[in-house]
Amino acid sequence: MSMRGPLSDLPVMLEEVGIIAGEVTILNGISLTIAPGAPTVLIGPNGSGKTTLLRAAMGLIPVTRGRITWGGQEASPPDRRAILFQRPVMLRRSAAGNIGYALAAAGVPRADRSARTAELIVMVGLQGLARRPARRLSGGEQQRVAIARALITRPSVLLADEPTGDLDEQNAWAVFGLLERLHRTHCLTSLIATHNAALAERCDRVVGLEHGILQTRSVKSVAGCTPGGESS
Amino acid sequence: MGEGSALHLVLTGDPGLYAIVGLSLEVSLSAVLFAALIGVPFGAMLALTRFPGREVVIVALNAMMGLPPVVVGLAIFLLLSRSGPLGAWGLLFTPQAMIIAQTVLVTPIIAALTRQTIEDLWVEYHDELAAMSVGAATRIVTLVWDARFSLVTALLAGWGRAAAEVGAIIIVGGNIDGFTRTMTTAIALETSKGDLPLAIGLGVVLISIVILINALAWGARRAGERYAG
Repeated sequence: MSMRGPLSDLPVMLEEVGIIAGEVTILNGISLTIAPGAPTVLIGPNGSGKTTLLRAAMGLIPVTRGRITWGGQEASPPDRRAILFQRPVMLRRSAAGNIGYALAAAGVPRADRSARTAELIVMVGLQGLARRPARRLSGGEQQRVAIARALITRPSVLLADEPTGDLDEQNAWAVFGLLERLHRTHCLTSLIATHNAALAERCDRVVGLEHGILQTRSVKSVAGCTPGGESS
Repeated sequence: MGEGSALHLVLTGDPGLYAIVGLSLEVSLSAVLFAALIGVPFGAMLALTRFPGREVVIVALNAMMGLPPVVVGLAIFLLLSRSGPLGAWGLLFTPQAMIIAQTVLVTPIIAALTRQTIEDLWVEYHDELAAMSVGAATRIVTLVWDARFSLVTALLAGWGRAAAEVGAIIIVGGNIDGFTRTMTTAIALETSKGDLPLAIGLGVVLISIVILINALAWGARRAGERYAG
């Protein structure tokens, strides 16, 4: 299954985006383009506005100023983008049930769900755990369930909010490696918020955020991707 | 053990006693079923929707959990009596009237507890379901399904109210021997007649049934949680 959908959602463009809550400016004049390609890392300390930026980009909260466009349009079908929360909430069902739920919510017929669910379970390495209650899985396993759940509707963009934030070092690297592999093999465009500098070091595109203002940008050699392949 | 004692009646399979126990279960479980059909969707809707006056409805619903059974019994009596608006139905002093009265008593309990349960779960699920653009109807079904084990407690609370209640059903049922006599109305009658051993025996039977059903429900809940998480 290719994760790559039509490119009409890309690039994601934030133009002079500002978000103000009461008297507090959370984001100020954010201009950022997320083009198809390697993961973009949004790095910044806690409270810098990373989560708000991702939620706004997902369309979960409205912007106060500026605008966000997806492939040049201000609205896009909801299943073309997905978000991974720092603490993903597992629905009270099995791991497979959680992953398949996203398809059910999208109105995919039951007959079509199981094969796609099984495919995603293999992709994130959860074989053998599919029937386990999702809430009884470890943090790293739950994050894998959340990744599969986010990707099963074949989004073109994944917004990941501290996807390794609550994990130990080993699980953090494993999840990060999975996201990198998904980029290489499925051309998944992602914006990953983190405060982990070591993880950011591994990425080609890094954007800094502090006090709601973009600080730095660095672009190293951008790794390509090969749909269905393992490396670029 | 005298011939009239409840234990004797239980052990000898007295048909009159089993009819009383059967009717008690039929009335209380039917009331819980109807109350659940009304209360669960209403509670879930109240948890997930916002409208002017919503908090007044919540306060009123919570207050109705403490409805006095005799007042409900009186209201249903007036509705179903021959001169009442629903008198033509001919339901007064029938088990159906008792089910209606207990449904009125139990519905607020189930609706209020459902609302609280679903609202708590909604706080937890909100971001994930919003990110998946889950529609309103699917949202309600998802939350009710995922809260099903917690909702068992709401149903048990409602059934506990129905099984232990005497004030409403004695007014609308009339405690007619062999027709509308339940364990609670029989206990009230036997106590007033001074047959305390039989009343106590019936009380023990009633409490045993309540414990048994709660234990079964608890077991089912634990097994379900172990399976679904």
